[in-house]
Amino acid sequence: MIRLEHVSKTFPNSTTPAVDHVTLEVPEGEICVLLGPSGCGKTTTMKMVNRLIEPSSGEIFIGDRNTADYDPVQLRRTIGYVIQQIGLFPNKTIEDNICLVPDVLGWERSKSRARAAELLDMVALDPGTFLKRYPKELSGGQQQRIGVLRAIAADPPVLLMDEPFGAIDPINREIIQDEFLKMQARIKKTIMFVSHDIDEAVKMADRIAIFRDGRLVQYDTPDNILAHPAESFVSDFVGGDRTLKRLQLLTVNDAMQHDPPRVTAEDTLETAAAIMAEHGHQAIVIVGPRGRARGYVQLSVARGGKGKVGENHETLPTTVKPGEDLRTAVSTMFRHDVSWLACIDDEGTFKGYVTLRSITRLLSEAYRDG
Amino acid sequence: MLLPKSPMTCRKIMEILQYIISNWALIISRTGEHLAIVGVAVGLALITGVPIGVAISQNRRAAAVTLYAASILVTIPSIALFGIMIPILSLVGQGIGYVPAVIAVLLYSQLPIIRNTYTAISNLDPALREAARGMGLTRMQRLREVELPIAIPVIMVGVRMAVVMNIGVTAIAAYIGAGGLGAFILRGISQTDPRQLVTGALAVSVLAIIADFGLLGLQRLLTSPGLRK
Ligand SMILES: Nc1ncnc2c1ncn2[C@@H]1O[C@H](COP(=O)(O)OP(=O)(O)OP(=O)(O)O)[C@@H](O)[C@H]1O
Ligand SMILES: [Mg+2]
Repeated sequence: MIRLEHVSKTFPNSTTPAVDHVTLEVPEGEICVLLGPSGCGKTTTMKMVNRLIEPSSGEIFIGDRNTADYDPVQLRRTIGYVIQQIGLFPNKTIEDNICLVPDVLGWERSKSRARAAELLDMVALDPGTFLKRYPKELSGGQQQRIGVLRAIAADPPVLLMDEPFGAIDPINREIIQDEFLKMQARIKKTIMFVSHDIDEAVKMADRIAIFRDGRLVQYDTPDNILAHPAESFVSDFVGGDRTLKRLQLLTVNDAMQHDPPRVTAEDTLETAAAIMAEHGHQAIVIVGPRGRARGYVQLSVARGGKGKVGENHETLPTTVKPGEDLRTAVSTMFRHDVSWLACIDDEGTFKGYVTLRSITRLLSEAYRDG
Repeated sequence: MLLPKSPMTCRKIMEILQYIISNWALIISRTGEHLAIVGVAVGLALITGVPIGVAISQNRRAAAVTLYAASILVTIPSIALFGIMIPILSLVGQGIGYVPAVIAVLLYSQLPIIRNTYTAISNLDPALREAARGMGLTRMQRLREVELPIAIPVIMVGVRMAVVMNIGVTAIAAYIGAGGLGAFILRGISQTDPRQLVTGALAVSVLAIIADFGLLGLQRLLTSPGLRK
């Protein structure tokens, strides 16, 4: 846990504070993204945690201990630090870069080197190829990954990351963000993460702290920030498409109609039409004996038709999985020009369906509550 | 290859070669003396100059003053420097010979070594310094693990400059009885013997070239492969 209590910083030769009475708490194992325009004090706030900058006033706690009670060097060895410029040491191999903190902590060599190999595996870089390379022999994205690995090598409980994925093209950034989230699910660090990109913040954060001119103006979950911006500065900053951004925070499962009516190939078209009429549906999904989705029948076809459903069905143009985010689902709907999608789990079992209407209703719920 | 046409010149060259061949052992031992002066003095200069260069990288004013003082030192002609040292060092019975020669070379070596150390350390990418600090390295650990290894190529360039320059200065130290290859030149002048004069001059030049190449090899050896272009 990281806790800031009324922390301020006024630099020498400056009259206005760079950070102004900030109070916030990052719970154990969560990612807090500090977000705001350039110069709003994000980096300064973060650097006060590992005392690269000393606060002018206020207190910072890690766990239950006041950081002011530590020797700064000892404190920093318990906090992983990723700087924006990556800052790998060009004179050291990748292995020695990753093992630098374990080395100064006096870990056994065999233990730290094994750890380096294990970490490289975690980000899908082949240890045999990369351990003995030098930073200049790596691409920007690979260097950025090593920067993160170096910070977690000695397994610190707390991680500070200053725009860690800044210097990288958008496609690779997505990949590296996904990779990092997967890793975080495993290592569960308490993380303070600086960004000025709202999309990155929405994706990475458990909580977002929005800064303006050194003040913390809103601290909340991504969905609440998007649904209920505290002031016009926040709504302007998160953008006019903030509701669309919420789509990536919600999953198909959230908007899905669970266990809807269904038919089998042996049912007659009359039965299918009756079920659809009863539920007010325009189409119905056909399942096999073990519940796998096989296709669907439209109401217009079933009504007045004769024979078995199995002889008149159409194949599903596309499906989604319950765990996918709604942004993907909506994009799939638009791409296939449909207003509903059948949801299929990994085994192919039919779980339910989402419609554009159910998504709209889900999104607007947040506004009705507030 | 250009071969001299006149028989006169031809004969002189033959005489010099003959001199070199028959005095080979003497040349080697004077080269040894020469190297003992330059090697010890530049070694001492490294021990003093690198810490000074590192220390002044913390403070712009201290750096300006120190580098200015070191620049003034190299503008003093070596003959004058020897002259100044004779009365002072005579007090401890070392007015002439090895000691003043080493001191002169030590002083002249300060500028290239301090300046190159200072330049390398203060030009270090601030991101690297911040990363090292943020990871919890102490000042000494930062120097040992990051700053000095990255500065080594530039410091070595300073060492090579100091060595090449001071192989010349040491030749003049023969005037105060320090021995070395300068003794050939000194005798050559006083005895109007071109054979000794040319031998001395040639040996000094060859020594400077070999030392420079040798140190270049050492520099490559000490430079991390990750820093090579
Ligand atoms: N060492 C310093 N000395 C004086 N002022 C500083 C120093 N570091 C930062 N500042 C000032 O403090 C304010 C906040 O800077 P900070 O680096 O925290 O911004 P930031 O939110 O990280 O911005 P960016 O997104 O551009 O990195 C700025 O106005 C900056 O000029
Ligand atoms: Mg910043």
